Amino acid sequence: MPQSTPTTVVEPDVDEAGSADVPWQAIVWNDPVNLMSYVTYVLQKVFGYPEPKATQLMLDVHHKGRAAVSAGDKDKIEGDVAKLHAAGLWATMQKV
Amino acid sequence: MNGWKRAGRGSRVRLVTTLEAQEAAVLRGLVGEIRRMLAGRSEENPADELAVLTGMRTGPSSKPDDHVLARLLPDFSTDDEDLSAGMRSLHEPALIDAKDEAAQVVEQTLPESGGRIELSPEQADAWLASLNDVRLALGTALDVSEEMPDELPPDDPRTAHLGVYHWLTFVQDALVQARMQVR
Repeated sequence: MPQSTPTTVVEPDVDEAGSADVPWQAIVWNDPVNLMSYVTYVLQKVFGYPEPKATQLMLDVHHKGRAAVSAGDKDKIEGDVAKLHAAGLWATMQKV
Repeated sequence: MNGWKRAGRGSRVRLVTTLEAQEAAVLRGLVGEIRRMLAGRSEENPADELAVLTGMRTGPSSKPDDHVLARLLPDFSTDDEDLSAGMRSLHEPALIDAKDEAAQVVEQTLPESGGRIELSPEQADAWLASLNDVRLALGTALDVSEEMPDELPPDDPRTAHLGVYHWLTFVQDALVQARMQVR
């Protein structure tokens, strides 16, 4: 992601969905076009996450190449990925 | 274009900027091109009688051959082709509609020969999505990467287009910053 906006780097220490017993997760992938500021805004808007959490997930995407941004049953994740696609993010769904 | 400012308050809050005539023309042209690309994709898959009867539209199950369209309409899975095919068929028509509606909001709020633009927060969200689609399309066509320098050698055929891409990046980033200040 292009770093057009200065951000404080916070090392993410939470694996969003790895431990819970939920079967599906939505993954957002890093890409060279989507802005860090916009990805953060979309995560706030689509999931209602507070800004620090959205920023942390965005940084996870940026530094690790991908991050699980939500988890739940298949229908929920399918809907989440559709919303992320509508916003232009590169998102996929996968079984945990 | 000199960034976005906030005007008014409460339910009347607006995000405001001014575009030069040439800036407005470039943006209108690019948004129109996105709409044409998406419409072309839809026309490849006309609604059948069953879809008309039930109101349940299904899209194609395979991703577009064109790499720009493929970026606008991504797969749902990286490794499960059946899942990707099924999800695409279910969701692509609505995704194309959403992108087209966002593009129409830009067209409707963009003065024909440039000038002042005032957006409600909802219109600003449509602008953000549509600006992002235009940047995705342009960035994919230009093969933009994170390692790419801000300026290419003057003889690179992409130089002029890259300037437009960077301008759109500025317009979008400034609008995100302004939009995040409004709840």
